[in-house]
Amino acid sequence: MMSNPGNRLTQGQFSFLPDLTDEQITRQIKYALDHGWAVSVEYTDDPHPRNTYWEMFGNPMFDLKDPAGILMEVNNCRKTFPNHYIRVTAFNSTRGTESPAMSYLVNRPQQEPGFGLVRQESEGRMIRYTVHSYATDKPEQERY
Amino acid sequence: MHEAADLSDTAGEAVDLEAEFQASNIQEILDKLDRELVGLVPVKTRIREIAALLLVDRLRRQFELTSETPTLHMCFTGNPGTGKTTVAMRMGEILKRLGYVREGHLVTVTRDDLVGQYIGHTAPKTKEVIKKAMGGVLFIDEAYYLYKPENERDYGAESIEILLQVMENNRDDLVVILAGYKDKMDRFFQSNPGMRSRIAHHIDFPDYKPGELLSIADLMLAGQNYRFSDSAREAFTRYLALRMKMEHFSNARSVRNALDRARLRQANRLFGRRAGPITRDDLMTLEAEDLLASRVFSDGKLDKDPV
Repeated sequence: MMSNPGNRLTQGQFSFLPDLTDEQITRQIKYALDHGWAVSVEYTDDPHPRNTYWEMFGNPMFDLKDPAGILMEVNNCRKTFPNHYIRVTAFNSTRGTESPAMSYLVNRPQQEPGFGLVRQESEGRMIRYTVHSYATDKPEQERY
Repeated sequence: MHEAADLSDTAGEAVDLEAEFQASNIQEILDKLDRELVGLVPVKTRIREIAALLLVDRLRRQFELTSETPTLHMCFTGNPGTGKTTVAMRMGEILKRLGYVREGHLVTVTRDDLVGQYIGHTAPKTKEVIKKAMGGVLFIDEAYYLYKPENERDYGAESIEILLQVMENNRDDLVVILAGYKDKMDRFFQSNPGMRSRIAHHIDFPDYKPGELLSIADLMLAGQNYRFSDSAREAFTRYLALRMKMEHFSNARSVRNALDRARLRQANRLFGRRAGPITRDDLMTLEAEDLLASRVFSDGKLDKDPV
């Protein structure tokens, strides 16, 4: 049974929706900027759900007023890594929060092989489960 | 063919320029400009022209008479203290009201903020500044320092190159305003013809006349709840006449510094007679003696800190 046709990665906000258009991305960035959050662009080719820290594309962008600059970086990143996952993260630095407030995908590879479930037999009849990304069987830069 | 049909359809319709003008609230800003900035006739005229152009452009868009977005990059030249930064700040607000920029904030930078110290440092630095300024106005003060012809390995050229590219490609996203002294800016443009051609508006800020400087002084004092006594005003007129002939005269900035020093002397004078009662009027009024104590009068020299 295919529960997730196309094996689309569902991480972060809006990931069950069709891909966001540039205009929609702009408005989401604007929302973050209006709250005073620092927006940054990150990419990876290892989308395991526990892989929290993706590579940063340039520095996080502080003190911006307008989303145009960030969209420019998103497009630069897409040009550099057309077949990687790219996400936009908004960091809320309010004391007590200090964590990402938004995170959503803005680019995904053409083919997403998805994840497999690996069963490991251990002591007795115990089974340990783990999630494994098919893409990571190949070395970096050749995954997608 | 299709477009021609469209045009004939709407050719008879009329739009209300006046209504559009009222809706943009631009008159309020122009009035404020007139009220708070003394003199500067060529500058105000140009701002009015730009406002009119943008307004008419908006109407043209209603009739689908599309034209390219006009370039609004500007260059302000003029002597120190002629109000270049002040006008740049207003520019952001004006352009926002007219819907040309989205945010209308002003990012003021100089060479230090754009040019890096080592290879590969300049591009990210310049780009970061540009990203901050997007949606608003990027004001580059003393822009001629960007280019140092005597040092061919200077990184300023790299910064200029990136700026040029952004000025051309991201015209909708930001307005670049360069500012500097006239002669130095002319030399800067001579060595960067690409920059010159990408800037549509070269605005020259004239020096203020003595009468205008006096009105500026009045405005500044009113803003701080001070005022001249009659004799003090007369003394200040004489002060200006003397000061303008001296070196390092920087228009409105010199006026502000002179007033700051006069306030210092007024405070000292009031402090000297602290035994007696002091009225509200006393606290507000600058007397002639506060100004006449300046060394500009006594030996034709500047006060200790010549600015």
